[in-house]
Amino acid sequence: MISDTTIMLDWLALSLVGFGAGAAAALAGARAPKLARVGAHLGALFGAAAALIFAVAGLAGGRMQISLPELFPIGGVALGVDRLSAFFILVVALAAIPASLYAIGYTREYAGRHSLAGLGVAFNVFIAAMLLVPLARNVLTFLALWELMSLASYFLVITEHEHDETLNAGWLYLVMTHAGFAALLLGFVLLAQAAGSMQFADWSAAGSQLGGAAHDLAFVLLAVGFGLKAGLIPLHIWLPRAHPVAPSHVSALMSGVMIKLGVYGLVRVAFDWLGAAPLWRGEALLLAGAVSGVLGVLYALVDADLKRLLAHSSVENVGIIVINLGAAMLFQSSGLPSLAALALAAGLYHTLNHAAFKSLLFMGAGAVLQATGTRNLEAMGGLIRRMPQTAALFLIGSLAIAGLPPFNGFISEWLTFQGLLSSFQISRHTVNLIFVLGIAALALTSGLAAACFVRAFGIAFLALPRSAAAAQAREPGGILRAAMAWQALACIALGLAPALLLPALEATGFELLGAHADLRFNAMGVAAGGGFGAVAPLAIALALGVFLAILIVALRWLGARRGARSYETWGCGRALQMARFEYTAAAFANPFARVFAALYRSVRNLDIEFHPESRYFVRAIRYRNEGRLIFEDALYRPLLRAIEAGARRARVLQSGNVHSYLIYILATLVALLLLTP
Amino acid sequence: MEHPSTEIAIEIAQLGLVGLASPLLVGLIRRMKARFQGRRGPSVLQPYRDLRKLFSKEVVVSENSSWIFRFTPYLLATTMLVSALIVPVLAATGAFSFLGNIIVLMYLFLLGTFFLALAGLDAGSAFGGMGSSREVAIAALAEPTVLIAIFGIALRAGTTSLDGMIVRFGAEPLLMLNAGHLLAFIAFFVVALAENGRLPVDNPATHLELTMIHEAMILEYSGRLLALVEWAAAMKLFLFLTLISNLFFPWGVALSATPVALLTAFLALALKLGIFAAAIALLETAVAKLRLFRVPELLTGSFTVALLAVATSFF
Amino acid sequence: MVALLKYILKAPVVTEPLERAADTDLEILERRIDAQARRIFGRSLHIRQVDAGSCNGCELEIGALNNPYYDLERFGMRFVASPRHADCLLVTGPVTRNMADPLKRTYEAAPHPKIVVAVGDCAHDCGVFAGGYGVVGPVSAVLPVDAVVRGCPPEPWAILSGILAALESRG
Repeated sequence: MISDTTIMLDWLALSLVGFGAGAAAALAGARAPKLARVGAHLGALFGAAAALIFAVAGLAGGRMQISLPELFPIGGVALGVDRLSAFFILVVALAAIPASLYAIGYTREYAGRHSLAGLGVAFNVFIAAMLLVPLARNVLTFLALWELMSLASYFLVITEHEHDETLNAGWLYLVMTHAGFAALLLGFVLLAQAAGSMQFADWSAAGSQLGGAAHDLAFVLLAVGFGLKAGLIPLHIWLPRAHPVAPSHVSALMSGVMIKLGVYGLVRVAFDWLGAAPLWRGEALLLAGAVSGVLGVLYALVDADLKRLLAHSSVENVGIIVINLGAAMLFQSSGLPSLAALALAAGLYHTLNHAAFKSLLFMGAGAVLQATGTRNLEAMGGLIRRMPQTAALFLIGSLAIAGLPPFNGFISEWLTFQGLLSSFQISRHTVNLIFVLGIAALALTSGLAAACFVRAFGIAFLALPRSAAAAQAREPGGILRAAMAWQALACIALGLAPALLLPALEATGFELLGAHADLRFNAMGVAAGGGFGAVAPLAIALALGVFLAILIVALRWLGARRGARSYETWGCGRALQMARFEYTAAAFANPFARVFAALYRSVRNLDIEFHPESRYFVRAIRYRNEGRLIFEDALYRPLLRAIEAGARRARVLQSGNVHSYLIYILATLVALLLLTP
Repeated sequence: MEHPSTEIAIEIAQLGLVGLASPLLVGLIRRMKARFQGRRGPSVLQPYRDLRKLFSKEVVVSENSSWIFRFTPYLLATTMLVSALIVPVLAATGAFSFLGNIIVLMYLFLLGTFFLALAGLDAGSAFGGMGSSREVAIAALAEPTVLIAIFGIALRAGTTSLDGMIVRFGAEPLLMLNAGHLLAFIAFFVVALAENGRLPVDNPATHLELTMIHEAMILEYSGRLLALVEWAAAMKLFLFLTLISNLFFPWGVALSATPVALLTAFLALALKLGIFAAAIALLETAVAKLRLFRVPELLTGSFTVALLAVATSFF
Repeated sequence: MVALLKYILKAPVVTEPLERAADTDLEILERRIDAQARRIFGRSLHIRQVDAGSCNGCELEIGALNNPYYDLERFGMRFVASPRHADCLLVTGPVTRNMADPLKRTYEAAPHPKIVVAVGDCAHDCGVFAGGYGVVGPVSAVLPVDAVVRGCPPEPWAILSGILAALESRG
């Protein structure tokens, strides 16, 4: 049986061998770029595929345990799998397979300019670390793998280090990820101390033994640490900087799966390690998710950089996932475990769906970047005629992320709504109010997301090209398109057949929460909560297809007498049709910029340069309308200034005087001797 | 419960009703509006004549546009037809009500809006882009109101499936005797006006491109493509008003498949839609269009009303 | 608001019956569309008005067609904003140099079958602007015209009759 322990170990070993081979191929190909490029990524592909099989076995109930305490001090290496870990490995693998395939073609342009060997090694280490993090079962293993993942991704982010923007983004990413690491470390230490053990398995009982304040502190620290990795507001500022500058397949993985490991941590914190939770935690998570969702998509709406837009959109989707987590916590604390399982299943399904469509979108953005040389929406246009297949695949990704039926984004949003709408079964008014805010925020988020991707797809691909580069764009290579097509098929499959994976998610919920979500599946669709609501995506898709076919045939027959003619766009009889007359990305976002001006707090600058001889003649007009980074200005700069001030004051200690240093050493010795029992 | 072939026959009849009667609804509103303005007005059958004429016209397509431009009218009409399978038009329980609940319905509408907005951008005209931008802005801002209003109804009916809601309200009419129900109705009505491009959000009869929202997106369409777009818009209005009538005032909806019940349902629907048509015509005559950037205020107002609806349902 | 509603509900319908204009005011030039199209247009005609350089006197009369007394809509006609939606181009004014090309583009933008009705003395033979340096010629010099309605400006009944006559419709 595939869920046998040794067989699972075999698949895990096979996966690691794949990554090792990939890294080795990368190193061996230091002088042979083609070997590095193809070998490294094929190795990663193989490793990810093996991990996928491992994950499926784990979701089916397979178990595995690896314990090597002699390897390192403080507990050594401990790996184990349960359904939740297996699910997150599935998420990583499902995005890593097409990303590796994509990378084979995409990194061709790096040959000669950047070290493909370094890229290949870092890529394999990155994916391997991401696959192992959910398996970690003690503090040391977890933190070591977490750090490995962050470092590998840092090196991947700064691949194109000839740009200052990349180096700055990488630096910010490094600092913030280590700030998160520090928070995680402190939180783990608190929990380990309470439990008297570094093994995660011993923590759920111990967690509830912690005193109130320590319990809350541990939760806050761990939530901050994992929330930072996930990209929750206000800890998200590294995300829109780092994801655009990384190579597109790396952005796909970072946005698609690395931030999901933050979600993994949040799920563990909320449901596994800390035991029973007071209501305020679920409320805080739900509110944080709601704020992230709305603000994330609002920032995406006004951004003209295609990849940064996608990064902001990742913040939005993490917000949706965390709304589900918060709802699940609230349901559990209110004694409705089956609804908690429903919300958790919805959140996990959205995790998977987001990995699928976000990686597809980033791969598409990478193809556009390679074809046009720019990430700026205002320089694109008309790409649907130059790159029809890429455009179609990007459209599928856009439809999925906008949450439109019958794609996968809709199914998880539908499930989220079903969970949130069931909240009337709780009878505490504060909780009800929070849920109402969550529903409103989620609805607004999903409407704005649809608007955002009408803008992204419409401005980038439709109408006339706005620059010479866009006018000369060509389809990317077959491998890139194949990778994107694979992911698009995944989006469609996850949307039409939720019964493929939702039962496994339900089982995961049962493992964590001890209750079954009230979900019923059949070939057509899924029904939630008894008669509370049902959706049949396959039937909807079939109905759409049938009616579409009928209409096309009928109209072709009816309109047979009258043909079609191609003529210029109606421009009020104007003599020219140029790209200059089209709607711009900034113009499209204008209604939103005005309605939500209080949140954007943009700063307008108008500079008019007059002719020196007369104020009636204007030489130049410069207009800048920049969105302010409110979190950086309001939160981080004051924090950094305070730290700097504190550091300046602490510098007094570094007097340079040998005698004071000797006194420090003496004082520390005395303190240690007094404090140790 | 009912014999499946009977249910399917009823669904097909409902589909036919929605498809065939929706231009009549539009014609009725136009005629009533004309009468309120003191003129004779067009015949109520005028939309049918317009559609007939459009089929005899050539299709002129912009040379800048792509397959999305030609595909969108078909998709729009298709989403409306599939939505017609979900909305309880005559009978509360339909053969296809398993397709989805009210949330699925709202997102099917959003699917149509998404593609229409893309089609507006496709030809590369500034009018189309402007219309698309405004349309998606209004659709996005109307979403919270819709969902909160749905929450208000769902928590009293105990379900989000449309047939379940109507059956519940039909069985226990006292559930509707609630300020929350009325408030949810008002919120939903405002959203219906916004989503269908009626005054005070959008003037369907305007000729000034700068004041257009829905019309601006379809300026490039002609011939049978335009016919599909107009028909889809009429169906959307019909479905929205049917949804509101049968959800908030479910009297007359057929709970069984007997011919008497169906006939009563048909007459009741005709009466309810007639009243709504008159209300819309009166509103369009009495009220002027709001400035675009005051529409969010209107939608925020309707959101507040929906919040009140939910709040009253909790007490 | 209440007063307004009361007024709306009580105001009578003031539409007057159609008065056919004298034949001297109309001129049917050529029927370029077939009989079936004319019959279909007779029940539903969408009109796009183009000002090719007029003094706006004709526009005022055309605008009056929308008021409750003349009520264009009862004949199934409507003004539309986009020539793509139009079946009939209602052209006023002598065609000026600047408007000649836009007028042609508007005509091309309209889908077949379509008719062109020129309204006013200026559209017929340039009227008082004949020979001006900014004028290209009457509408028939630029577009194939189906019917001309003379007058400076023609009365709304004349314009309406002209359109109906171009369709050979009894109205």
